[in-house]
Amino acid sequence: MTDQDKILSEVTQGDYKYGFFSDIETEIIDRGLNEAVIRTISEKKDEPDFMLEFRLDAFRRWQKMKMPDWAYLKIPPIDFQGISYYAAPKKKPELRSLDEVDPELLETFNKLGIPLEEQKHLAGVAVDAVLDSVSVKTTFKEVLAEQGIVFCSFSDAVREHPDLVRKYLGQAVPVADNFFAALNSAVFSDGSFCYIPRGVRCPMELSTYFRINSANTGQFERTLIVADDDSYVSYLEGCTAPMRDENQLHAAVVEIIALNRAEVKYSTVQNWYPGDKNGRGGIYNFVTKRGICRGESSKISWTQVETGSAITWKYPSCILIGNHSVGEFNSVAVTNNHQQADTGSKMIHIGKNTKSTIVSKGISAGKSNNSYRGLVKVMPGAENSRNFSQCDSLLLNDTCGAHTFPYIEVGNKSSIVEHEATTSKIGEDQIFYCNQRGIDTEKAISMIVNGYAKEVLNKLPMEFAVEAQKLLQISLEGSVG
Amino acid sequence: MESNMSILIENTDVSLKYAAHYNSVKEVLFRNSAEEMNAHRKKALQDFITQGIPTRKNENYKYTNLQPRFSSEFRYIHEREPAEVDLHAVFRCDVPLLDTHLAFLFNGWFYEDNSKIGELPSGVILDSLENVAHNNPGLIRKYASLAQTEDDPLVALNTAFAKDGYFLYVPENTTVELPVQLINFLQAKESAYVTQRNFIYLEEGAHVKVISCDHTLNLNHYLNNSVTEIFAGPNANLEYYTLQNQHNYTTSLNSVFIHQEKDSKVTTLNSSLHGGLIRNNLKFNMDGENAEAFLYGMAFIDRKQHVDNFTQVIHGKPHCMSNQVYKNVLDDESTGAFTGRIHVVRDAQKTNAFQRNNNILLTDKATMQSKPQLIIDADDVKCSHGATVGQIDEEALFYLRARGIDEAKARLMMMNAFAYEVIQQISIEPLRKRINELVDKRLRGEVARCHDCAYNCEC
Repeated sequence: MTDQDKILSEVTQGDYKYGFFSDIETEIIDRGLNEAVIRTISEKKDEPDFMLEFRLDAFRRWQKMKMPDWAYLKIPPIDFQGISYYAAPKKKPELRSLDEVDPELLETFNKLGIPLEEQKHLAGVAVDAVLDSVSVKTTFKEVLAEQGIVFCSFSDAVREHPDLVRKYLGQAVPVADNFFAALNSAVFSDGSFCYIPRGVRCPMELSTYFRINSANTGQFERTLIVADDDSYVSYLEGCTAPMRDENQLHAAVVEIIALNRAEVKYSTVQNWYPGDKNGRGGIYNFVTKRGICRGESSKISWTQVETGSAITWKYPSCILIGNHSVGEFNSVAVTNNHQQADTGSKMIHIGKNTKSTIVSKGISAGKSNNSYRGLVKVMPGAENSRNFSQCDSLLLNDTCGAHTFPYIEVGNKSSIVEHEATTSKIGEDQIFYCNQRGIDTEKAISMIVNGYAKEVLNKLPMEFAVEAQKLLQISLEGSVG
Repeated sequence: MESNMSILIENTDVSLKYAAHYNSVKEVLFRNSAEEMNAHRKKALQDFITQGIPTRKNENYKYTNLQPRFSSEFRYIHEREPAEVDLHAVFRCDVPLLDTHLAFLFNGWFYEDNSKIGELPSGVILDSLENVAHNNPGLIRKYASLAQTEDDPLVALNTAFAKDGYFLYVPENTTVELPVQLINFLQAKESAYVTQRNFIYLEEGAHVKVISCDHTLNLNHYLNNSVTEIFAGPNANLEYYTLQNQHNYTTSLNSVFIHQEKDSKVTTLNSSLHGGLIRNNLKFNMDGENAEAFLYGMAFIDRKQHVDNFTQVIHGKPHCMSNQVYKNVLDDESTGAFTGRIHVVRDAQKTNAFQRNNNILLTDKATMQSKPQLIIDADDVKCSHGATVGQIDEEALFYLRARGIDEAKARLMMMNAFAYEVIQQISIEPLRKRINELVDKRLRGEVARCHDCAYNCEC
C-alpha cells in the first residue's frame, strides 16, 4: 500500500459530520400515499382549494407514470407506500422572537453551522430553514419587506400571497413534468417562496437550509422564485441529513421565473447523507430544477456543488424564451464510496440571440459512478444562439467510473454549439512537482482538486465558496491512488 | 395518449408483418443454405419480435425514424436471381487508375460471374458467403458471434433472413497488395427489400484494404439491411472504406462489427455522398492490448436526406488507442445525427480514446443532432470528445477575403478544408484524389444527382 493509498483509505473512511439526529417532537402522519393523504396534507396546511386541486391533479397523473430508468444509475426499488409524506416539528403558537423557538431546534441549526440569530446580525444573509419539509424560521423577513421583497415559507406564501403563487406555480415545472416532479407536486409540504418586485436589487443573499430529521420520511420541498422586471437576487440552498441505515427519499422542485432583464443566481451546496462506505443508507436525491428566462435579456445561473446523497438525479435547466436571455450552469459533483450521480443541465434555446454556458466538473473516487448528462437544444427560431459546454471528469482510482452523455440538437444555421469533454486522472507529474517542493501528497491532491474545481467555486457567493471548499477537502483529500 | 397508442399498434403491426413474412418464406430461407447460417435464424427472429422495428423511443434510434421506411411494400429477395444486365458492361468505375481485385454483388448476392477478381495471393479467399458456408464451414464458425441479435433488431432481422454476401479471408502473414473492391448493386423491377451479410476474417499478420461501394441502378425504392462481421487477428491490419452513393428513395442500413486482437490496427472510413436515409452502425470491440482503431466518416447531404452515424468503441484491454473524426455538411432540409460511444471497461488502463464530431449547417431548415458519450471505468486513461455545430469560421473567412479571395470562393475553400481532414486519411491515392474531386463537385453543387449515373432523375 503506497502512502497515497493509505491517505485515500483514511479519508474515505472519514465520517459524515452532519450525521446527528435531533430529538424534536415531530408530527408524522401514517405511511402511505393516496388521495386521503393528500387531502390531509392540504388540510393540515390550511390551503385554499386551488392548491388542493393542484395536488390532486398531480397525484392522478403521477399514478399513471413510471419511474424513469434511463439514467446511468442503479436505483433499488423504492416503496412509495412505505414513506410518510408529512413530518413537521409540532406546531407551536406563532413565535415573536427567537427566544420562543424550541431550544432543540436552535441547537440543530447551531450544529449545522447556521446560527440563525447570529447570522441575522453578522452574515447579512436571510435564512429560511426547512426541517423535515416544514419551514421553521425565516430571518430578516421585515427588512426585506421594506423593499417589497417577499421571502417566506411556501405555506405562508399560499396564505398571504395566493395570487402570486397561483400565477406562477407550475409554470417552469408543470405538474406532470416527470415522475418525481409529479410526486412532489402532489405531496410537497413546504419550501420557500421568493418574489422580487420590479426594479429591486435584493440587498442580501437569500438562503434556504434543508434538513431531513425524522426516520422513514421523505422530504418534498418546493421552491418558487419570481424575479420581476429589472430585479436581481442571489439565492443559496444547503442541505444535510442524519445518518441512517435505510435510504430516504428527497424529491424537490425548484422553479425560477425571470422576467425582463431580471437576473437570478441560484447556488446549491448539496450535502445530504451519502450513506456509509459500504453503500448502506443515504439519501436518494431526485430533484427537478428549472428556470424560465421569460423576459428579454434575463439571466438565470445555476451553480451547484454536489457532494452528498447516495443517488443524485438532478438536471437544473434553463428555458431561454426571451430574446438575448442567458443561461448558465456550473457544477462540481463529487462522488465517493458507493455514491451514484447522474447530473447535468438542459439548455433550451427558443429566443433569438440567446446564450448558454455549461461547465461541469466531475470527480469520482471509491466505487462511485459519476455521470454528466445534458441537453442543448436550439430551436429553429433561435437565431444566432450560442452555447459552450465543457465537461471534465477526474478519476481518483481504478474502481470508480466517470461518464458523459451530452445531447446536442441544433435546428438553424446561424447558431453555434460547442461541446467538449475530457476524462483523466490526476497528473502524477503534478503531484510529484508539489512533493518536490515539500508539499505532502495529501495537500497536493487537495490543491489540485481545488484548482480543478476553482472555475466553478469562484461562481459561488463568498460564504458558500468557503463551505464548498471545505466540503471538497473532506470528501477528497488524498483520495488518489 | 391516443397518438402514442396508435404508434404502438402501428409498430407492432410493422414488426408483425416481418415476423409473418418470415414464417411464410421459412422454407425458402432454409433451402440451399448451410447449417452454420440456418442455426441462427430461429433465435434471431425471436429476438427481432421482442424488440420490433425500432421506434424513436429506442434510445439508439432516437434520431432516425425507421417506421415509415419499413411500412412500405417490398418484394423480398430471398433467393439468388440472375442479374438482368451484364454488370461488367454496366459498371464503369469512376475512379481512374484504380487497380483492384474487383467483385460485384447484386441485390445482396455475390455475383456469379465475378471474373475481375484477378489473381489473389495464395490462400486468400474472396467468394460468396453461401459457397464458403457450404464448402468450408470451419472458416465461418464465428458467424453471428459478433453481431448480437439481442442488441439490435436490425441485426436480428438480418440474421433471420441472411443467405449471402461476400466473404473475404486473408491467411497468416499475407499481404494483399491491391485493394479488394466490392460493388454492391441494387436493381429490381419493383421496390425491393435486400439483405446482405458479409464476413471478413484476417489471420495473424494479415494485411488488406477493402473498398465497398454502394450503387443503385434504377429508381425503385430499396431497403438494404446489411451486416458485416470483421475479425482482425493479432497484428493484422485492415483498411475498410465505404462509399455510399445511392438515390433518394433508398434506405441503407449498415451494421459493421469489428473484433480486434492484440497489436491489430483497423481503419474505417465512411463517406456518404448521396442517399435517402442512411444509418451506419459501427461497433468496435478492442479485445487485445495495443490495438489501434481509427474511425473516420463524412457526409454531404441535401434535400430531405438523412444520415445517422452510430459508433461504439469498447476498450476491453489496456494500452489500446482509438480515434474518431466524423464530419457532416448539411444543406436544404436534410437532417443528420451522430452518436459516438467510447466505453473503457474496468482495468483497461493506459487507454487513449478520442472522438470529434464537427458539423456545418448551410440552411435554417437543416438540423443536426449529436450525442457523443463517454463511459469510463478505468482511471489511468486519456479520453475526450468534442462536438460542434455551426458555420464556417468568420475570422478565417475574413482572413481569406482580406487577401483578395471572393466570398464564394473563400467559403468553398473552407468547406473543402473542412472535409479534407477526413479525406486525407485515405491511403489509396487514386481513391483519395477521386473522392476529393467528388466532394469538391458536391460542395459546388455540380453533382446534384448521385454519382455519374445515366438516369437524369430528380434525385
